[in-house]
Amino acid sequence: MKWGVIRFPGSLDDLDAMYGLRDVMGQDVTALWHKDESLRGAECVVLPGGFSYGDHLRCGAIARFSPIMKSVAKFAADGGLVIGICNGFQILTEAHLLPGALTRNRTLSFICERVHLRVENAKTPFTCTMREGDVLALPIKHGEGCYVAPDKEILQMEERGQVILRYVDAMGEATDAANPNGSMRSIAGVANERFNVFGLMPHPEHAVEAALFGADGRKIFESIIAFQSVPEHRGQLRAGQPMPPSGGLVR
Amino acid sequence: MQVKVFVTPRKGILDPQGRTVEHALASLGFAGVSDVKIGRYITLNIEAKTPEEARASASKMCEQLLANPNIEDFRFEIEGAA
Repeated sequence: MKWGVIRFPGSLDDLDAMYGLRDVMGQDVTALWHKDESLRGAECVVLPGGFSYGDHLRCGAIARFSPIMKSVAKFAADGGLVIGICNGFQILTEAHLLPGALTRNRTLSFICERVHLRVENAKTPFTCTMREGDVLALPIKHGEGCYVAPDKEILQMEERGQVILRYVDAMGEATDAANPNGSMRSIAGVANERFNVFGLMPHPEHAVEAALFGADGRKIFESIIAFQSVPEHRGQLRAGQPMPPSGGLVR
Repeated sequence: MQVKVFVTPRKGILDPQGRTVEHALASLGFAGVSDVKIGRYITLNIEAKTPEEARASASKMCEQLLANPNIEDFRFEIEGAA
């Protein structure tokens, strides 16, 4: 499968994403420069973590204006798969490709630790090889990861199943103590209404080998690969149809 | 014309900086301080023929870039309007 990893000035995790996808998972990966407009045939576009444009004004606020983001918006509108990790998540919210916003951690400190996440919706292109309730262990490293959105919007997102990952404890319970940054409803990852754009604060690309932070991150990339391998799924997304409750996805 | 833009955390949105400063003020002995909010102050010069034109332009700038309507409120003042 063809992947494109975007490099913005200040991106940091582009190389880890490329290493994980190419060297560990054997995928066809191309680096995409933010000033280019071509996505070079990528079937899934990755917006990596880092500090694009030095986080000036707000995290992700400036990267959103990079020429390549026009192509990303068009690609997403056509049903293409987009995943934003950490700063990539922030960019996607600023670009209005995902709802809500990421603000300062409630502790006001930069957090670098391993967290547990519960899969809240396993019928998406990003989680289809997992099961609802599965608990993943992934690293986080961010200063602005507190997810917020208007109350009404969050309730609608919950109803539609757009909340994909939630911070939980090792037992899978979403306690306040297990919420590292104060995110509303312990939200760690969300999708758009069409389920082809996904953003998350934890870093799956830093967890693709058992020797380094475990390999739970692979499950997200493996889901994308499994999803993309079925042509009908792509047609479904292109047609703008939301995933049916039964999913009809690869198990 | 000069535009002064004030961006503040939207009501109901957690403002950990404001809360920390509020605690700090209390520990300095300033009693009765509440609702501390920390925002951003932006000044810019704008070429416009009329204050209305400047206002319209500034409003769009705030909506599209200077503030994030999901989490922030904004207001602005126009100075130097003849």
